[in-house]
Amino acid sequence: MEPLQRFLIVSAVLFATGLYGALSLRNVVVVLMGIELMFNGVNVAMVALSRYVVPATLAANPGSATDSALRTVLTGQVFAAFIITVAAAEVAVGLAIVLALYRSRETVDITDASSMKQ
Amino acid sequence: MTVHDIYLLSPELALVALGLAIVLLDLVVQRKGVLGAVALVGLVVPFALSILLWGDVHAEPTETLSGLFGTLVVDKFALFFKFLVLGIVALLVLASTDYVSKLSRSQGEYYALILLSATGMMLLAATTDLIAIYVALELASLPVAALIAMLHTDPRSPEAGIKFLLLSAMSSAILLYGMAFIYGFTGSTKLPVIAHLISSTATPGVPLGAYPVLLGVVLVVAGFGFKLSAAPFHMWTPDVYEGAPTPITAFLSVASKAAAFAVTLRVFYVAFEGVSLDWALLFAALSALSMTVGNVVAIAQSNIKRLLGYSTIAHAGYMLVGVAAIAARAPAGDGSLGPQGVLFYLGAYAATNLAAFFAVIAVCNKIGSERIEDFAGMARRAPWLAGVLAFALVSLTGIPPTAGFMGKLFLFSAAVDTGLLWLAVVGVVNSVVSAYYYLRVVKVMYLQPPPSEEQVPSSVPFRAALAVAAIGVLVLGVLPGPLLDVARAAVATIVP
Repeated sequence: MEPLQRFLIVSAVLFATGLYGALSLRNVVVVLMGIELMFNGVNVAMVALSRYVVPATLAANPGSATDSALRTVLTGQVFAAFIITVAAAEVAVGLAIVLALYRSRETVDITDASSMKQ
Repeated sequence: MTVHDIYLLSPELALVALGLAIVLLDLVVQRKGVLGAVALVGLVVPFALSILLWGDVHAEPTETLSGLFGTLVVDKFALFFKFLVLGIVALLVLASTDYVSKLSRSQGEYYALILLSATGMMLLAATTDLIAIYVALELASLPVAALIAMLHTDPRSPEAGIKFLLLSAMSSAILLYGMAFIYGFTGSTKLPVIAHLISSTATPGVPLGAYPVLLGVVLVVAGFGFKLSAAPFHMWTPDVYEGAPTPITAFLSVASKAAAFAVTLRVFYVAFEGVSLDWALLFAALSALSMTVGNVVAIAQSNIKRLLGYSTIAHAGYMLVGVAAIAARAPAGDGSLGPQGVLFYLGAYAATNLAAFFAVIAVCNKIGSERIEDFAGMARRAPWLAGVLAFALVSLTGIPPTAGFMGKLFLFSAAVDTGLLWLAVVGVVNSVVSAYYYLRVVKVMYLQPPPSEEQVPSSVPFRAALAVAAIGVLVLGVLPGPLLDVARAAVATIVP
């Protein structure tokens, strides 16, 4: 198996596990953890693609990219760094709201948070 | 970062500075009413800077200025959304003056978070790089999550906040997965370069050929579908709209929607133009589904905010008609009619929905209930509020002489022009269905007896905001020309 395929399979498994967790689990904190797994799956894909596929794409299309080859390849890793940073901000806001939720109803169970059902 | 970059970014920088200044001011002033006034007056600065930029862009032969290594672009499309978002924020600040007294301790944060989120929305319309789009998207939505959860007195508020945050994060992850594939198999995060690579290559020598790019496009459609609250990605909308503080619901329904449409139009029309026949069909399907689901489920609602929540799903569907009306379907037709229609509709919808929500804010503040049956006899208790609400609901239905009618006219004629007659028919049938539940509210207000004769009070700034929104609905319905001209100039940069 090529290294790229291994990376993409790991990435897809991480993403799918996170999505399943986020959709099926009841504790809000664990749902947030599932979403983090999804982000990490994306990060693995991003870095693997920037290492294995982008150079091949650029080689097949000479003269298409405006930047230098190195910078184009590094873009994927920079993107991953941005995702990690923004995800941290997301969790900070998320946990703050979880705290507010806990104060108002003494639970962090998402299925109890259903006061607005028709 | 050069001085020119800072100039191009100045409206956003001014907005951030204003937000931070208000947080600091909140610490020292005793009379919190000052904060709203400062926010309103401070908005003049980004507005003036945007006007300056419009002049510069107009003087440029390509009508485009770009900076920050090509990630930031200032063209008429971006400026249209700067004006729209600033206008919405100004009206919202005016109308919030009564409401913020409920947030005794965090009034400064309320205004600051709105301004920060507006910054993200303005940037979202002005970026041409996937990384910058993602960061701007989060800047636009994270403050909104905090704003939704802000009302401590109502247990529904944090519940709505966590629902919004979780679904927004999940949709971001899906969007990012799509972006990873697009970057990986085109080799760039810049929209024009992606467009070039998609249209120029059969990608020989690249593993898996073009399919990963298509998978990426589908994932991006799903990710943006959440942000647009288009069915079947709309599940969060009714709960969040009901639980959020009402001014924030108004902000979400018009400003967030406008920003989401801005980025959708730019990404799909600029970067994915080469595969437009593939995604246009997806958007047409989302459009038909959103219109139908939104309107049919809205019929059964008894809470006015929830009703407007389902209504906003339906309106996302109407606007998606314009996104799906691409040039490639009708080579002889004018391919920019669809996007023009979307921009006009966003303006019309902003005026209409703000008018409706402002009236709802005042009424619900007084009667302490959001049930539609409690609006009985409002025509006698608050004739002006009831009149504006009825007029806004007529506009949402799409009956002349209102902005909503003109907007639908442009969107549906764009659909007919590009061979999407079936979609226009679905839209018209849905408009008829929607008349039932919109006019039911009008009937309750005008024909049922009031439980008490007590008047509904409102402050002067609030009345000003309500009047501006209502006049906007009427003016756009009678004289759509000027806004349509601006919309036409704005889309010229994304539809060549």
